[in-house]
Amino acid sequence: MSTSEAAVREQLTRALQERDEEIADRWVALQLEQALLGTDISEAELREEADSLIDALVPGLESDAPAERVVTSHPGLHQAVVGLSLRRARSGATPTATSLAVLALKEALLKAVQRETRDAEELFATAVFINRLLDVAGALSFETYVEGREEIIRRQSQQLMELSTPVVRLWKQVLAVPLIGTLDTARTQIVMENLLQAIQDHEALVAIIDITGVSTVDTAVAQHLMQTVNAVRLMGADCVISGIQPSIAQTIAQLGIDLSTILTRATLADALAAAIKLIDGPGPGGDEGESR
Amino acid sequence: MTQPRPVGVPILRLGDVLVTGLLNELDDRAAIAFTEELTARISAEGARGVLIDISRLEIIDSFVARTLMELTTVSRLLGARVIVAGMRPPVAITLVELGIELVGVETALNPEQGLAALGWRQAQEPLGGSRRGAAR
Repeated sequence: MSTSEAAVREQLTRALQERDEEIADRWVALQLEQALLGTDISEAELREEADSLIDALVPGLESDAPAERVVTSHPGLHQAVVGLSLRRARSGATPTATSLAVLALKEALLKAVQRETRDAEELFATAVFINRLLDVAGALSFETYVEGREEIIRRQSQQLMELSTPVVRLWKQVLAVPLIGTLDTARTQIVMENLLQAIQDHEALVAIIDITGVSTVDTAVAQHLMQTVNAVRLMGADCVISGIQPSIAQTIAQLGIDLSTILTRATLADALAAAIKLIDGPGPGGDEGESR
Repeated sequence: MTQPRPVGVPILRLGDVLVTGLLNELDDRAAIAFTEELTARISAEGARGVLIDISRLEIIDSFVARTLMELTTVSRLLGARVIVAGMRPPVAITLVELGIELVGVETALNPEQGLAALGWRQAQEPLGGSRRGAAR
């Protein structure tokens, strides 16, 4: 560490210790002024964030790490920046606003140092140092923000997955799966697992897959449906698909998807009637009564 | 009540139906031996139906799947109807994902329903527990 940098650090530390109130005030004011918040974070909360970050800066500066690495290498400081960014991400601020808010601290710091000294050289050195120090913080906050958002997205899709695949028992030995939304490989997998397990548990003879809530059917979705139906049949149960919308029926016909081996009904009610008929016995014709 | 067999799997006769099952440790050699023994028994005893319980199988590879399909065909030629009963959900999923659909093999949820389909009915229940297998 060069002597000038040591001097700069010392000066900065002193400014931080003596004028922490002032810096925090200015930082909060800057953020409010630049309208960087997008959402309603109260001034008190901002103040709290500012205090904790500024408190963490002092021990951070005491470490030997070069300016660019102070923020990432000091655990307390790192934590403060990450915490701030995550809070902003959760409350819906934009990533730009979040990192700009962190960068606004530069100006607040520089102002404080300016009070201490008027020497141009010294001020310049300090400015460079502060830039190095806090640019990293800005980048880190951006990164954290994105991670925070991704985590929210992951959690939501997980919740959606759990919500979207109930297996209900409609009748003695008849199960139904109402499907809603878009079918993809992952969801089909879960639907299939749940359905087959339920068939085994309930000793069900017929499974109805209701696709009233499925908005579009393409070849991939049809493929998934066929797979599910085949798996159900391998288990020794029968499968009925219900709730195919007219527009979807047209799409299926236009795409040339062959669902002819699958028993289909227009509504869930019809499918249930068909299922009960299947269970109550095929009649005198033996198994032939079940042909579809 | 079961006789030891070279394959390790007993084949029981209930009237004109043969009842057997497959164990998890089924290698290719055992599968072939099983097929041979079963077809020999069908022809020797004039069986009309065969029920194979596969609830102990935790995995069905392409070889076992093919063996089952061949067994169905051979048995049909010998005049017996084969029903495979009790496939586990994970096995069904794996088979479907591998694109093996056990064409022509009849399936049943459990041995009881399989037997019902082969004509062994319970006192009050009507015939018709059978569920057809994968795409015909």
